[in-house]
Amino acid sequence: MSDTAPAIELKGISKAFGPVQANKDISIRVMPGTIHGIIGENGAGKSTLMSILYGFYKADKGEIFIAGKKTSIPDSQAAIAAGIGMVFQHFKLVENFTVLENVVLGAEDSGLLRPSLARARRELKSLAEEYELNVDPDALIEEVGVGMQQRVEILKALYRKADILILDEPTGVLTPAEADHLFRILENLKREGKTIILITHKLREIMEITDTVSVMRRGEMTATVKTSETSPPALAELMVGRKVLLRVDKAPAQIGRKILEVKDLNVTDSKGVHRLKGVSFDVHAGEILGIAGVAGNGQSELLEVLGGYEKATGSIKVNGDEIDLTGAKSNGQSRRARGISHVPEDRQREGLIMDFQAWENTAFGYHHDARYQKNRLLMDNAAIRKDTEEKMARFDVRPPDPSLAAKSFSGGNQQKIVLAREIERNPDLLLIGQPTRGVDIGAIEFIHQQIVALRDQGKAILLVSVELEEILSLSDRIAVMFDGKIMGERMPQDTDEKELGLLMAGMTTEPRGPLHEAVAAQLATAGRGTAKEV
Amino acid sequence: MDVMPKWADVVLIPLISILLAAILSALVILAIGENPWAALKLMVNGALGSTYGWGYTLYYATNFIFTGLAVAIAFHARLFNIGGEGQALIGGLGVAVICLFIPWPHWTLALLGSAIGAALFGAAWAAIPAFLQAKRGSHIVITTIMFNFIAAAVLNYFLIGALKAPGMEPATAKFPQATHLPSFQDMFNFGETTFFRGAPANVTFFVAIAACLFLWILIWKTRLGYELRSFGHSESAAKYAGISPTKIIMVTMLISGGLAGMMAINNVQGEAERLVLNAVEGAGFIGIAVALMGRSHPFGVLLAALLFGFLYQGGAELALWTSIPRELIIVIQALVILFTGALDNMVRMPLERLFLAMRRAKT
Repeated sequence: MSDTAPAIELKGISKAFGPVQANKDISIRVMPGTIHGIIGENGAGKSTLMSILYGFYKADKGEIFIAGKKTSIPDSQAAIAAGIGMVFQHFKLVENFTVLENVVLGAEDSGLLRPSLARARRELKSLAEEYELNVDPDALIEEVGVGMQQRVEILKALYRKADILILDEPTGVLTPAEADHLFRILENLKREGKTIILITHKLREIMEITDTVSVMRRGEMTATVKTSETSPPALAELMVGRKVLLRVDKAPAQIGRKILEVKDLNVTDSKGVHRLKGVSFDVHAGEILGIAGVAGNGQSELLEVLGGYEKATGSIKVNGDEIDLTGAKSNGQSRRARGISHVPEDRQREGLIMDFQAWENTAFGYHHDARYQKNRLLMDNAAIRKDTEEKMARFDVRPPDPSLAAKSFSGGNQQKIVLAREIERNPDLLLIGQPTRGVDIGAIEFIHQQIVALRDQGKAILLVSVELEEILSLSDRIAVMFDGKIMGERMPQDTDEKELGLLMAGMTTEPRGPLHEAVAAQLATAGRGTAKEV
Repeated sequence: MDVMPKWADVVLIPLISILLAAILSALVILAIGENPWAALKLMVNGALGSTYGWGYTLYYATNFIFTGLAVAIAFHARLFNIGGEGQALIGGLGVAVICLFIPWPHWTLALLGSAIGAALFGAAWAAIPAFLQAKRGSHIVITTIMFNFIAAAVLNYFLIGALKAPGMEPATAKFPQATHLPSFQDMFNFGETTFFRGAPANVTFFVAIAACLFLWILIWKTRLGYELRSFGHSESAAKYAGISPTKIIMVTMLISGGLAGMMAINNVQGEAERLVLNAVEGAGFIGIAVALMGRSHPFGVLLAALLFGFLYQGGAELALWTSIPRELIIVIQALVILFTGALDNMVRMPLERLFLAMRRAKT
């Protein structure tokens, strides 16, 4: 490319975990002072590659060159010494330490803490000015937002003199505004000559900020191209290996009667934190109501209450019948009996038992169904197996083997197992959380089609997703949650990512749909910024 | 995809573990100047060489089956019940009460009665830690182990008080003749030749086998077993499915305690025919090793219990006929527990790598 040595060069990196070849002969050159995107589906081997670079795994084969020099990176200490900093998807911060203490942790100058902290304070100040990385050094981590926590992670790396910064899915927990802020920081860092590797599965981010992009598929590096010379559909095709529909085709909704009626729902968790604050909304037959919002603003609790495993006050009516929210009858079984199916947000923790075989997972939650019983004492395992085989065929689960443990399937196929179970129960109301998280693009298409098909059968669907694109393309109506409240409802054709982004950040906009007055009044008195935009 | 075929996991790993334990034991025996080969022969001979030896081996194995099953069922719900010792002691109390205070017409009825009594008493003793775990979050490992001590004290109290027979000993009176369970000697007596002469193995062994079968059906064929395994694998998923953690914890521990308690049919009613102090003699703890080695599978537990029965009886013979001290036999048993239970991964990892290499070579 040019005569300057690449900041990082990987040559022929291979790594296998057991029978799985996570990285196959990967070579990549990252030029200094650039932002290099690495894109690929879940399980394509991006994270493995970066973990090798950061010294978490040892490559089976291959060489690493840093600034033209062959370097071995046996552990993260060596990576830091080589000038590599990593910002993980899940932050590695001590919650009850201050920002300053977290930055210094592990990089103290001596046994005495005070001089280190003083030096760090000075350095943080100059870094903040240089890169727009402003943080409050004395704030406790648990009291600052995720945006600032992420900045602390970046500062940690810079404090350790990192020239190369690796960010793993950095925008997953950020609002669009926070993501923009992060991208400005990255631009500043690039201008100062830092090299940045951005790992993501979001095509938009790649197009927006990177200079070069490498695509990974099934452990192989399939292409490295200049961002300016490619397009999202081209990248998607490289990721999946075939043409992909990025849009969802759907007919206009045929709205029917009211199926779900939620009124003034309140949840206080075991730590006394108010998670849901007077949430009210309706979902009708033949309608997909999308709940948008940054993770952790009460959507999970909402699904848990509706699914029957979180206590709440308020009122929920399904088909006009009041549902017990606190009593002994309030559990997942009673909800299922009411015609509510639930595809939970976290299929690995809730939707599936990873060690169970596929057929055992097919009965999960429905194991009291008469069709799965042989007699009063014994379950009919053969019937469950048969049912699983049929479901696997209809939902194209691969491999179609009911005896395989759930953990042996890819994310997309795991999700299909859950979907098949919940959708084929023919529910009146389907709760579905993060339907495509960790799911490969090919399966996303299929899952979206299934959701729309269920809607077209006249079922009510409550969709919760942190992916704005997904919300916008699937929903017939959108409600935005922030801090346990519904900030507003919008029709997808009347709104855009920008407006939803503001609502997701807790700022209210002039409602173009029905907005709950109580929430609006509360926000006005709280003196939050009001951005008006029609 | 599983790395290893199932047979390797179920058969090969325990076998290698036992072999390693045997090799290490041989070295220890060599170190004190005895002949390990002779020692092994003596053990095999003593435990399996005669119906008398078998009678003892099966008697011990019966104890270990009950306590092993108790630990195994709890493992399936990810509950670590290490209170089998105490539950078996209290189960003994149940057997004593049933046998002493009810005039049984025939041993079959007495067996039924004492089985119910033993299970109820053992279950009741497990119910308190279970309740504390389910409702208060007190860790079941801590509470069950403490309840072992309390059980010993309770037994003491009754054996020097209400249930004490006249005389010097802190023990109950001998149970009435009608409660005598047929021993193997009674069952396999063919006039001229009497098998199992003087050995304590009795009809309870068949109850233990039935318990294995019962538990296998319970765990893999019933809704309760399904819910219990779900809860054991993932509490969060169980909640999502509407499975009540409180119910599962309580029911599992009641079954577990009941099984541990039923051991008392064997040692209290079947062998001693009266209740004495420390009747359980550590079988409750051996049950943990048996469940670990048996991979919490009822038939695995059966096999592991037989192995430990062999070690117990063979060890006793060794202490009797050689200068190998009693303590060393405990060392050998401990080595088996160490290798089969605690050091599982030491054997598993290299074996998995071997199977992987073999599979790769094939493709």
